[in-house]
Amino acid sequence: MRYYDRLIFELSRPGRSGYSLPGGGESVNFEGGLWRESSLVLPEVSEVDVVRHYTNLSQMNFGVDTGFYPLGSCTMKYNPKINEEIVPAFNALHPLQPESTVQGAREVLDFMDKALAEITGMKHFTFLPCAGAHGELTGLMLMREYHFSRGDTARTKIIVPDSAHGTNPASAAVCGLDVVVVKSRPDGLVDVEDLKPLLGPDIAGIMMTNPNTLGLFERDIKEIAALVHECGGLLYYDGANMNPLLGVVRPGDMGFDIMHLNLHKTFSTPHGGGGPGSGPVGVAEKLVPFLEKPRVSGFHGNFGVILRACAYILSLGRENIKLAGRLSTLAANYVKESLKDCYKLPIGTVCKHEFVFDGLSEPNGVSTLDVAKRLLDYGFHAPTIYFPLLFHQAIMIEPTETESLQTLDAFIEAMRSIAEEAKRDPELLHSAPHNAPIGRPDETTAARQPVLKYSAE
Amino acid sequence: MGTFAYFPHTPEDIKVMLERIGVASLDELYADVPAEFIRKEEYELPSAKSEEEVRAWFEGLASKNTRLKVFVGQGAYDHYTPSVIPYITSRSEFLTAYTPYQCEISQGTLRYIFEWQSMICALTGLDVANASMYDGPTAAAEAMRMCVACTRKRNTVVASSLLLPNVLATLRTYARYSGINLVETAEVYEAVAEGTLDLAGVIVPSINRFGIVESHKGLSGLVHEMGALLVEYCDPSALAVVKTPAEWGADIAVGDGQSLGIPLCYGGPYVGFMACRSEWMRKLPGRIVGQTADAQGRRSFVLTLQAREQHIRREKATSNICSNESLMALWCTVYLSLMGPEGMRKLNAICYERSHRLHDALLETGRFEDPFEGRTFLKEFALKPLCDVAKLQQVLLDAGFFAALPTPEGYVTFCVTERRSDEDIDALVKIIKEAAL
Repeated sequence: MRYYDRLIFELSRPGRSGYSLPGGGESVNFEGGLWRESSLVLPEVSEVDVVRHYTNLSQMNFGVDTGFYPLGSCTMKYNPKINEEIVPAFNALHPLQPESTVQGAREVLDFMDKALAEITGMKHFTFLPCAGAHGELTGLMLMREYHFSRGDTARTKIIVPDSAHGTNPASAAVCGLDVVVVKSRPDGLVDVEDLKPLLGPDIAGIMMTNPNTLGLFERDIKEIAALVHECGGLLYYDGANMNPLLGVVRPGDMGFDIMHLNLHKTFSTPHGGGGPGSGPVGVAEKLVPFLEKPRVSGFHGNFGVILRACAYILSLGRENIKLAGRLSTLAANYVKESLKDCYKLPIGTVCKHEFVFDGLSEPNGVSTLDVAKRLLDYGFHAPTIYFPLLFHQAIMIEPTETESLQTLDAFIEAMRSIAEEAKRDPELLHSAPHNAPIGRPDETTAARQPVLKYSAE
Repeated sequence: MGTFAYFPHTPEDIKVMLERIGVASLDELYADVPAEFIRKEEYELPSAKSEEEVRAWFEGLASKNTRLKVFVGQGAYDHYTPSVIPYITSRSEFLTAYTPYQCEISQGTLRYIFEWQSMICALTGLDVANASMYDGPTAAAEAMRMCVACTRKRNTVVASSLLLPNVLATLRTYARYSGINLVETAEVYEAVAEGTLDLAGVIVPSINRFGIVESHKGLSGLVHEMGALLVEYCDPSALAVVKTPAEWGADIAVGDGQSLGIPLCYGGPYVGFMACRSEWMRKLPGRIVGQTADAQGRRSFVLTLQAREQHIRREKATSNICSNESLMALWCTVYLSLMGPEGMRKLNAICYERSHRLHDALLETGRFEDPFEGRTFLKEFALKPLCDVAKLQQVLLDAGFFAALPTPEGYVTFCVTERRSDEDIDALVKIIKEAAL
């Protein structure tokens, strides 16, 4: 990776251009009350300027194709290339074209509906949500519709575990629900005794991630499902951590009524630097009548992403899908067992696809942030840090099933040498990274004196 | 095992790993899961396909779609995608990265988002833009929520009924569950002037669903007098030539970046944008990238103002949005870099010329009336058909055209982009003129 310090605006020269348009339009001048008066400041650059600029920018970026990316709860598995190649054949379809002219596209959606229903134990899916949090919001809307339909309008509260992803409470708030937090026990699982008194006629349901954000399977799920259903609530499954259950356990069989999947996690579509994702929502039979009611996006969801996930399912087939979850769990436990002597492991039981360390065993003043930044020097992306909030120095590691033993061993070795460096030379870690395109930037100034767009001065 | 391309584990590797963990089998890793939940039956899915079989499967399905010449817009515009864009956006370093949490190795993503924010500010004339939203309709819904957040206890939002149908549908959905009082009306000025004390915001289209470029003269003054915010829903491609949200005095601008060279792709992925005046900056939802420096003084970019976001604020966040549409924002950023100010002006001029050519020729056929005579349009327009609409649509479909999309009022809309040649336009007109309708 190489530092490159230009913005496309700074390459601009008046009169230069990178467009190629058909002829015409010369006689049109946009003058008068409805037209733009202010000048439009966009770069004036040639095609080669654009290509070199963005190629240079890309070389300051780290992706799954660059190296190991063990970002917890993000499932950064390999993104197969065939999945990219099948998309352009669908590019010309207008979203409002009559059904009779989009039969191929409809068949993809039908196939995905059936395949995801089979994989999750749900009845049907809607593909409108464009990301995981968007799926959560849609799922909660469906939950509310279900209660509304029964005249049960008092259910305005939703239970969320203290270990939940931040999107859970945020989605609940956007959906007009009040959040009630249920505590975790010292073993990291939802405290059923803490849950019981929270249940009542004002509870719309519970949002759960299983395995939870500590990578632990909520083994009391059967009892929790029975308790929540008994009080008239529904169970929402946050599919962000579905990967270890892929081909092993179906959320529907555990008693969940509504769930979303992150196609960009479990089904290998590329994360794109923060989207586009896709967050289809599945429901049990009793919620199917409400499935099409919330119109949460413009057309049919992120169809191009759904195509890629479909290609992934076809490539895996029923033979390999059974292995995906199991191999992701194998990788996480292998890394955990290989590092637990030098990193603090607050919960030592078998994990699923990810696990959490609480900083170094012998920190010597070295923080989790320092460890993360030093890992960049070793050529790895850092794990998720300072989440979940249950542990102050959380390091959340998710290796996925697409990494070889050699890659995992190299990562383990890097983590071990960082633990050694912490004892010997903590300053080296405080000032890391040393080999990245930039060092740690001044984030305080960025927030206090925000510069959020280019200006010529 | 060891024979599937995406799983690198040899049987020997698995043995080594299981030994390190101290379990005997892969299934033993699930010993904590109640046995009844472990799926024993075979999944009812197709058998694994080879890469070539996957390719053939999709080619088979793609051939079941009908390739049509698109003369419809309504929120999805068939503009040309320059060849440079997919080359850049498919670079693995952009494509396979995630949210730039580790800024030191994500400067590529952070810089293009900063450029995107700058370009959205340039197009809208507003001060601050975020890193992107899911699409235009969800961006509008977030703007509606933002109006309520910015005006505190107020809860009524007036939306023009001339917004696109899918924008209105999404607004209704979000309003229903957030408990926002959404008032849809064709008479926006009158609704505002009525003087609801509860008014938080007003949402109007820059170009309405009939393709007409709207005048918002005096509206912002009226809205601000009521202590509310003005939101404009815009086509960013058209903003190169039509009066900007800032020029009309709007507080927030939202819309869909699809018109900036993103393929139709049956409705997505597209990208929403959102910009506002700086006084509302801390109420803006989503990610925001800011400029700063590292210890050596090198210009650097970071995710900033994160105290607004769900991972810090949980249920008190400005929104639940997390992943957005970053790669599609890159798509638009590369597009705008190639087009530049002159390309964008020329593009709009071509669309204007060609859509007017079609408009006038259609009126000459005698099969339509113009319900909006004298109003200004750019690339999309609505006519009142004097013939059977269903029949008209079918005749056009049979001839390979997607055109004349009906509206609830009984009009039909047309849209002409630079991709429709004079020959295409003449062919469309000929079919309509000669058809037995």
